[in-house]
Amino acid sequence: MRLEVDITGKTFESAAGGTHEVLAPIKFALQSGEVGVLIGPSGCGKSTMLRIILGLDRDFEGHIARPPEARIGMVFQEPRLLPWRSVEQNVRLAAPGIGDAKLSELFRTLELEQHRSHFPGELSLGLARRVALARAFAVEPDLLVLDEPLASLDDALAGRLRDEIASLVGSRPVMTLLVTHSIDDAIRLGDRLFFLSPRPAHIVREVPISIPRAERSEAELGRIRAELAALPLESK
Amino acid sequence: MLRLLSMALLLAIWWTAALFVGGAKLPSPPAVLNVIIAEASSGALFLHLGATLARVALSFVLAMSLGSAIGYLMGRVKLADRLGDPWLILLLNLPALVVIVLAYIWAGLTEAAAIAAIAINKLPTAVVTLREGTRALDRSLDEMATVFAMPRWRAFRHVVLPQLAPYIAASARSGLSLVWKIVLVAELLGRPNGVGFEIGVAFQLFDTPRLLAYSLTFAAVVLVIETALVQPFEARATRWRPRAA
Repeated sequence: MRLEVDITGKTFESAAGGTHEVLAPIKFALQSGEVGVLIGPSGCGKSTMLRIILGLDRDFEGHIARPPEARIGMVFQEPRLLPWRSVEQNVRLAAPGIGDAKLSELFRTLELEQHRSHFPGELSLGLARRVALARAFAVEPDLLVLDEPLASLDDALAGRLRDEIASLVGSRPVMTLLVTHSIDDAIRLGDRLFFLSPRPAHIVREVPISIPRAERSEAELGRIRAELAALPLESK
Repeated sequence: MLRLLSMALLLAIWWTAALFVGGAKLPSPPAVLNVIIAEASSGALFLHLGATLARVALSFVLAMSLGSAIGYLMGRVKLADRLGDPWLILLLNLPALVVIVLAYIWAGLTEAAAIAAIAINKLPTAVVTLREGTRALDRSLDEMATVFAMPRWRAFRHVVLPQLAPYIAASARSGLSLVWKIVLVAELLGRPNGVGFEIGVAFQLFDTPRLLAYSLTFAAVVLVIETALVQPFEARATRWRPRAA
């Protein structure tokens, strides 16, 4: 499977009148098994781009080629859980086909077992984010979109969830698109990093990481980090 | 306990007033109770109450389901809102009496005319409440349902309906109180049975004990339905909300 993004422009009209250019031409493609990482300054139009890729916003110029049968798993910036359904129901509603064993395993890895029957209003933000991750994983997605999924989590948990994402991405041929501010997350998870400019966003630089995810040692990561630091990028 | 005390106080005031005013204008509580017992043992009370309740139930269900559907449509579709709004304003401001009289003239003194007239009175408030509820729907959850490719019905049941439930409950409560009031007028003007009809008869005969007997039993039934049906539904619809301290 392959995702092709070819946005030639996106403007939006503000309430005060006047049009604003949100996205400049952006073009990239993503294969199954690849993790693309979008890194850019706040407010540069990343979320707008994700909405266009997901088909939520059709008012743009350009073309998105996404296999129509591709199942999408999405982790929004806010958890977006149904407050009136329990944690387990939230996951099952998005992924009705999931088996009991698989669901239990997912809840175990994300440490959500004790919270199955809780309502989202009873959870901390960190827990709610984990439920959102569980929901996205549960659908066994072909296209996984993660919009800052590890923000506001403590380092230990963020690290564990990052490993979870890495193992999921490794276990199935899934196209992954990750939006993050963390260079560390980007170089640990990504195969290709796209650095975006401030609004209107365009890709300033594409940095491929050729070493397979599982084989990136701390030393290699340090070297990549140093290389990135040397690049003249405004969005770091 | 406090409620009982307050009820007892009301009863005491009524009794004292009855002593001063005299039995013809304001009968004492026992006199009214006697009429209630007499009417109940003859079966007439239950017959009339039953007829009224059936009309309330039918017109209430009709107005709620139709009004909710129209309100949802108007909240979702801008064109429907534009087209429907003038009608809505007209219906909202049309006096209940006008609707009832016109219904009886056009459709005859029939059961269908009565029920339709009551339903039309309740309809616009249901539409307005549900339209507000639909406008307040959380779009980010709609997007979530779209991204996860939830089928339409599942998304409606689990994403939309729970958000509308408080509006439906509010509309049901206010609607029920409206229907209680209007049903008696409709019965008084054109039905041969029901509490409204009995009150009409009592009015013509200036039979105050009978009038009070019927209206008080009716009020009691309304109270029971409110506490036994409407309030539990509201509590259930909002059970996921964290409790207020």
